[in-house]
Amino acid sequence: MKKILAAVLVLMLALSLCACVMAEEAETMTYADYAAAAVDDPVTVECYVQAHQSWWDNQVTVYAADQDGAYFIYNMACSEEDAAKLEPGTLIKVTGFKGEWSGEVEIVDATFEFVEGGEAFVAEAVDVTDLLGKDELIDHQNQLVAFKGMTVEAYDESGAAFAYKDPEGKTDDLYFKVSKDGQTYEFCVEFYLCGQDTEVYKAVEALNVGDVIDLEGFLYWYEGANPHITAVTPAAE
Amino acid sequence: MIRNNEELGMRNEELKKAFPYGEGGRVRRGRMRSLSLVLLLVLLSLALTACHGSKGRAGFEVPAEFDTSKNYEITFWAKNDTNKTQTEIYKKAIADFEALYPNITVSMKLYTDYGRIYNDVITNISTNTTPNVCITYPDHIATYLTGDNVVVPLDGLFDDEKYGLGGSEVRFDGPTKDELIPQFLAECAFSGSTYAVPYMRSTEAMYINKTYVEALGYQLPDVVTWDFVWEVAEAATKKNADGTFAVNGQKVMIPFIYKSTDNMMIQMLKQLDAPYSTDAGEILILNDTTRDLLKQVAGHAKTGAFSTFKISSYPANFLNAGQCIFAVDSTAGATWMGSDAPLVDISPDSIVQFETAVRTVPQFDVEHPQMISQGPSVCVFNKADPQEVLASWLFTQYLLTNETQIAYAETEGYVPVTSKAQGDAAYQEYLHSDAGDALHYPIKLQAAQLLLDNTENTFTTPVFNGSASLRDAAGALIESVTKSVRRKQTVDDAYIAKLYDDTASLYRLNQSSGRSGMTSGGDLGPLPAGSKALLITLAVVWALLAAYAIAGKVKKK
Repeated sequence: MKKILAAVLVLMLALSLCACVMAEEAETMTYADYAAAAVDDPVTVECYVQAHQSWWDNQVTVYAADQDGAYFIYNMACSEEDAAKLEPGTLIKVTGFKGEWSGEVEIVDATFEFVEGGEAFVAEAVDVTDLLGKDELIDHQNQLVAFKGMTVEAYDESGAAFAYKDPEGKTDDLYFKVSKDGQTYEFCVEFYLCGQDTEVYKAVEALNVGDVIDLEGFLYWYEGANPHITAVTPAAE
Repeated sequence: MIRNNEELGMRNEELKKAFPYGEGGRVRRGRMRSLSLVLLLVLLSLALTACHGSKGRAGFEVPAEFDTSKNYEITFWAKNDTNKTQTEIYKKAIADFEALYPNITVSMKLYTDYGRIYNDVITNISTNTTPNVCITYPDHIATYLTGDNVVVPLDGLFDDEKYGLGGSEVRFDGPTKDELIPQFLAECAFSGSTYAVPYMRSTEAMYINKTYVEALGYQLPDVVTWDFVWEVAEAATKKNADGTFAVNGQKVMIPFIYKSTDNMMIQMLKQLDAPYSTDAGEILILNDTTRDLLKQVAGHAKTGAFSTFKISSYPANFLNAGQCIFAVDSTAGATWMGSDAPLVDISPDSIVQFETAVRTVPQFDVEHPQMISQGPSVCVFNKADPQEVLASWLFTQYLLTNETQIAYAETEGYVPVTSKAQGDAAYQEYLHSDAGDALHYPIKLQAAQLLLDNTENTFTTPVFNGSASLRDAAGALIESVTKSVRRKQTVDDAYIAKLYDDTASLYRLNQSSGRSGMTSGGDLGPLPAGSKALLITLAVVWALLAAYAIAGKVKKK
């Protein structure tokens, strides 16, 4: 009887442990599952950090991707210590809710854990120059994208090639306009992603109207494409 | 698609108009939603430590004479709404003031949101490097006051015969104390003194797609009730067979969007004469009325009739696209509202033509409308040299001159804070202009007029150390229930009891004074599967033990 009792006890404890784990473990979605999920649905994805904005208030906003698509994880709960480990290529498992804010599809109210053992993955920029002005561009939302051979236009009536959001302190975003095939587009250097000491920030500060440049950035969305530019170089010949 | 937006000026996600007090100007989403309480407490404790280490600064006493033989350089921390005109107005005010007082130089540092000013002031208190003059909010000043003699009480300066408001030695035509609008000045008085002067004032307004209201079969009343808004909003959720909304034929319709949900909750409670906080800082918001309001909001969020800025986006974007009927935002955001708004963030081909009506925020009692008064104030920081403080005060007074007040008010739906400026012929001409250009955009003028007509009906919330956090909590309650029902969670008494606990903890609310309406120890929902299994296991084991013991005894017998 004692042996039976012990066996039952062990069995029940094991079962309860399994139940605990199952209750806490949300199923990881593929990118296709994630894309198909409705706004406000709970989502869990494994993805690779591509970049992140500066840590703030125990939160960090992450640009992430896997081999099939990209994710924008807005204000994810994160300690400062963990934020320092979010190197490009790092595999993380993110659990949160799918949200949409002015057209930007994102994961909100998210938590995450590091996934050990995965190989790092850093996405190559996808050239979307030919998609500028086309509806298909949204299919690349949040991905690292490239725009080639863009001409710098005057930002405003002053004739400047760019504008500071904070012209006095110069500690905020930069805006500039580029054109292609007669259409002009506004791009942004997001200060919390690429601050004033970064190459791209300095490169935009050095732009002149008429320069022809190649750009890379994450295809953020705000009432239309609003890429967060991460690299500006003279256009390849 | 990316649009050609040369005509729009600065736009994009970074130029939005989100900051805690819900006024105009566009700043980054998110980061300034609320200053980290933890960070704040750390900084504050550092500041206080430093203050105590230096035994604080002596209190300010008004000098008998302003010393014009010495030069004074004062720093002015200001905020603009990413609006170049506002910057130019500040610069002109400084230049004109310096011409009047050649021994005073004013250095301006511009910020794009109040949260950063607050953060920087807190940091600089600890190193005695605060600015001389700062545009800020009374809630923030209440926190600055936790240091010794950090902020100058202005009562003595107001009344000084020579350098006070309308003083004999003041070199410009500023307002007298009686010419400051009493309701606006009252907000700046707390902890026994007046610690700021109002600079600009706004309130919230409801910008309405009147065309759609009427298409739904309703007539828009002069004063709109909450019941009316909810009823029309629910009617607007009706869909066609193809899934589009009947009222606009589009796939998107959020009939009622509120920009600043902290204001929403505060105004609802005030209109119902329900507790929020006492003047002394006792927290009363977590009560039965709040619970009922949250359930009501949740019900309408569940049907899709209601959403918020933080969850969906700017009310103006949806309103102008014909995807929203009731958009509540600051009067200082009026230039973004309507089919012909001078400032827009959406592509021109998304804009729908409709008639825009401007009304007060929804009311529970149309006979006694109540709405919040908001807007920046100016405080003066104490310094070792009283003459430097006096120079700062003179500049602060200059910001109240008609020229500065009127020029700044005209940049948005603000109103001047003095009767002197409000009654000025130039301001009246502006207000009643039918030019219809960007400066005289009718919706902006109507929004300003709304506040002028309702100044008597405005109120402010008590100011104390922690009032800014309470305000954040008020908004977070609405955001939480709205998110939860969208995520198919049940918002019931048990949910709200837990929400109250979480909110009190997160926002450091005074739990002992704020639980009057709570169902303490209520149902916390179903047990997790693991817990159930453990309990069943224990029950089975106990049953087996009992059976074993009984069997043993039977055997012995």
